[in-house]
Amino acid sequence: MPLLAGDVEGMDMEGLNELAFVLGGVNHWITVFLIMAGLYIIVSRSNMIKKLVGLSIFQTSVYLLYVSPGKIIGGTAPIIIEGAEDQLYSNPLPHVLILTAIVVGVATLALGLALVVRVNEAYGSIEEDEVYSDGDWN
Amino acid sequence: MEFLINLILLLFLSAVTVAIIGVRNLFSVVVLGGAYSFLMATLLIAMDAVDVGMTEAAVGAGVSTVLLLSALHLTKTDEAPARHSNVLAIALSVLTGLVLVYGTWDLPRYGDSENPMNTYVGADYLERSIPETTVPNVVTSVLASYRGYDTLGETVVIFTAGIGVLMLLKGRRRKEDEDGEEGRQS
Repeated sequence: MPLLAGDVEGMDMEGLNELAFVLGGVNHWITVFLIMAGLYIIVSRSNMIKKLVGLSIFQTSVYLLYVSPGKIIGGTAPIIIEGAEDQLYSNPLPHVLILTAIVVGVATLALGLALVVRVNEAYGSIEEDEVYSDGDWN
Repeated sequence: MEFLINLILLLFLSAVTVAIIGVRNLFSVVVLGGAYSFLMATLLIAMDAVDVGMTEAAVGAGVSTVLLLSALHLTKTDEAPARHSNVLAIALSVLTGLVLVYGTWDLPRYGDSENPMNTYVGADYLERSIPETTVPNVVTSVLASYRGYDTLGETVVIFTAGIGVLMLLKGRRRKEDEDGEEGRQS
């Protein structure tokens, strides 16, 4: 069984757990705040590039949501150290999933920006309001 | 100390996000986005996700910023003032936030090695990686070996996105040749 962090740092386990609980909450709540901010930008702004930046914020906040529960206090990066049998490692699985998510995120961003460039050429604007009102697309 | 670094980085992240919401100049937005990505990368490294942190620094802060700057070069750099009220957007995001905060009560505690997420599959990969693949970096062995098909799917996504971008921008160049300089005016 992995050893607990409190023994290593000589800290009171009870206090450490309390602190971890509060900090874990802060972690999740700021993640939620970032999701809210991203959603707000996507819904409220009519500028398409700003919308895409909002989408990126939304995506990156999901990285936090995945990675932070995988962190183990007293653990280290999941690269096996030879000869250190008792070493505690953080969970590698969320890291792998998020690596895929980052790359897919930049792919969607690139495609979205290419569409924005084309919209700007067709309508002369990257503001959604102006595109809707100027174009005779209905 | 670990907690403090984490907390400070999280507060920086929120501050940068608030700035991104407020700023109307798109160049500032892109630069703030780069700062956001670097803070996120630092935070990920502080949470032991070193591979993710490096990828985020290279892809999020590097490639994304370059892509956004190129798009700004081809379009406009200022955001028009809002035409309608944002009450609905604020209500929607606050509502979503409240539901998500309610959801966080049931999430596993931060840093707990005993939470279900960290005891089954993750721990199993940590034990198997060296005997089965001889790769010390578990993230690499999972990414390239155990979940190789995932990674193949990921490359297919990038390939498709690349084709899409090329097709969209290729049509643009041809149109520009026909129209002469007209396409550049706006």
